[in-house]
Amino acid sequence: MTIAQIIFIIIAAASLGAAFMVVSSRNLIHSALWLIVALAGIAIVFVFLQAPFLAVVQVVVYIGAISILLIFAIMLTRKVASDSGPKFNENWIWGLVLSIILFIGFVYLLYTWPGISTPIEPLASRADPLRELGVALVSPNGYVLAFELASILLLAALIGAIYIAWERK
Amino acid sequence: MTDPINLIANWLRQIFAGWGLSVGLVDFIMALTGVVVICAFVLVVDIFLVWVERKVVARFQDRLGPNRLGPFGLIQPLADVIKLLIKEDITPAGADKVIYNLAPIIALATVLLLWAVIPFAPTILGADINVGVLFLVAVGAIGTLGIIMAGWASNNKYALLGAFRTVAQVIAYEIPMVMILLIPVLLARSMSLQDIVAAQNVWFILLAPIASLIFLVSAIAELGRAPFDLMEAESEIVAGFHIEYTGMKFGLFYAGELLHTLTMGALFATFFLGGWRGPFVEQVPILGVFYLFIKAFFLYWVIMWVKYTVPRIRIDHMLDFNWKFLTPLSLVMVIVTSIMDKILGQPGSAIYTLGMLAANIIIAWLVLLVLRNYVKVERRLVGEPKSVATPYLYESPHS
Amino acid sequence: MIPLSWYLIFSAALFCVGLFGVLGRRNAIAILMGVELMLNAVNVNLVAFWRYITPDSISGQVFAVIVFAVAAAEVAVGLALIISIYRRRESIVAEQMDLMKW
Repeated sequence: MTIAQIIFIIIAAASLGAAFMVVSSRNLIHSALWLIVALAGIAIVFVFLQAPFLAVVQVVVYIGAISILLIFAIMLTRKVASDSGPKFNENWIWGLVLSIILFIGFVYLLYTWPGISTPIEPLASRADPLRELGVALVSPNGYVLAFELASILLLAALIGAIYIAWERK
Repeated sequence: MTDPINLIANWLRQIFAGWGLSVGLVDFIMALTGVVVICAFVLVVDIFLVWVERKVVARFQDRLGPNRLGPFGLIQPLADVIKLLIKEDITPAGADKVIYNLAPIIALATVLLLWAVIPFAPTILGADINVGVLFLVAVGAIGTLGIIMAGWASNNKYALLGAFRTVAQVIAYEIPMVMILLIPVLLARSMSLQDIVAAQNVWFILLAPIASLIFLVSAIAELGRAPFDLMEAESEIVAGFHIEYTGMKFGLFYAGELLHTLTMGALFATFFLGGWRGPFVEQVPILGVFYLFIKAFFLYWVIMWVKYTVPRIRIDHMLDFNWKFLTPLSLVMVIVTSIMDKILGQPGSAIYTLGMLAANIIIAWLVLLVLRNYVKVERRLVGEPKSVATPYLYESPHS
Repeated sequence: MIPLSWYLIFSAALFCVGLFGVLGRRNAIAILMGVELMLNAVNVNLVAFWRYITPDSISGQVFAVIVFAVAAAEVAVGLALIISIYRRRESIVAEQMDLMKW
């Protein structure tokens, strides 16, 4: 058990624990804050996977923007400062059963796949992944079409969100 | 003795290796030691900043400032800290205890995190990540979270309102700041701060003066210093989101704000003023720390100068200024800088410097022309005498 | 180092927790948080496969970046819809939005 493995287990357990608190917390603001902990854990997992750009983008986009948006929406859509009513709907047992069955299915599928024990190769033998990512996103042989479509999607979402949430008197 | 920090680090490493610990563990312990050293150093400078703040504001306002405790009042911050520590620690009724206590810690911690990537000298820096600039943006984004948590957990309408306005302001001014940070990245061809400083044979403030100005304005708005200090407008919303905080928790917010100002000064120095660059820094690396802090304190003084000179801006003017002026201008600057960079060739030559400077001056002149026309139209609208005592001010319902 | 199976099991567990959040919660915003967890699990999966199976092709990271953008767009529109619904009906409990049910 190297230090890296111990730290990964701690971070993964914290992330999963926080994710579980997200779905089972009565107070919605606490849910949102646990979500932030889970997302931060995932950013650390990205650093373990040697994708530092994605780790930082995860923090900027998810924690810095989406979580704050969620917290604002929670504050704007409640009549009293505390939550009322049960937190789970009436069929939550079936949801739990389905999730557990799905998880068992995933684990079974993964362990019957021979590629699961692929050893890790060092990345240092290739060019800088950050530069490659930048080139891939804007090169015509790469993914410039997906990039441009994503920007149009964001523009449409921006205009749509403003229009839908506009208060009409 | 030219580089005492690395000397001590290597000596410690040899001691640990001599005890027989594995390499991974030694690295981990050295990293922890580095974190403790940087945090301690920065927090001690933070206490000094309290004194600087009070003396300089006093001089701007033509008075003396604290001069009773110690020579020139230098022990005054210690007295302030002791006062904050012995104050009664009140938690408002109905406040969410965990979030209430966590918010000032997050506010200070995100500022300390920024110091991890700032290069102090050619060989002294916390972590040389290759996405350093994005890391700064990310940590700034986490800072807003501390503000919302403080405003929400206080169970106070004014705190919540203050938190909303603060977050609107901070998120709005992040956009021009992020876009302007693209310009030093473009000029240095790398996102790592050490590379950006190493690439500044000509300081970037000469290559991109408009960008540095926009960065300064956005930084002042991000910090919540005047003229953008609606966050803590004492006269309007009774100190905003930290109204319910007393004692050391308020001290954490206050110290965090001062430290954030110095950090923004250090970042401006790193991006535009050459960071640790100065005479003889290659031979004696420890001088780099000295140069960086001189430049950071100069910027801190400029930010304070602005704070104690101009009055507060109204919130809708502030947001208009961001979305209708700074954001389009930063977009234009990024486009112009990239085009000029392609045309002018290698960053080292004099043609490059003069070309970039000329492009910036032309853009500045065009912006001033546009503003002048806009102001002319506005003045005409406001200055004309309007007749109010006419019988029909609107369409009569009968016609 | 850290075997690939650990990352994949982590992402599978996160996905299932998110799924439980979507299926089990009443509040629409809590459902949206479950969806966010699922999208993050997918991202971890993509990047883990990129790192271990195809580190030479950058497609894994590009896919993850596009997922970031799509998730952000989806949250923005979803929250706008929820706020609009709250304005009309004063409640955002998902079971009560049943005007179009049979």
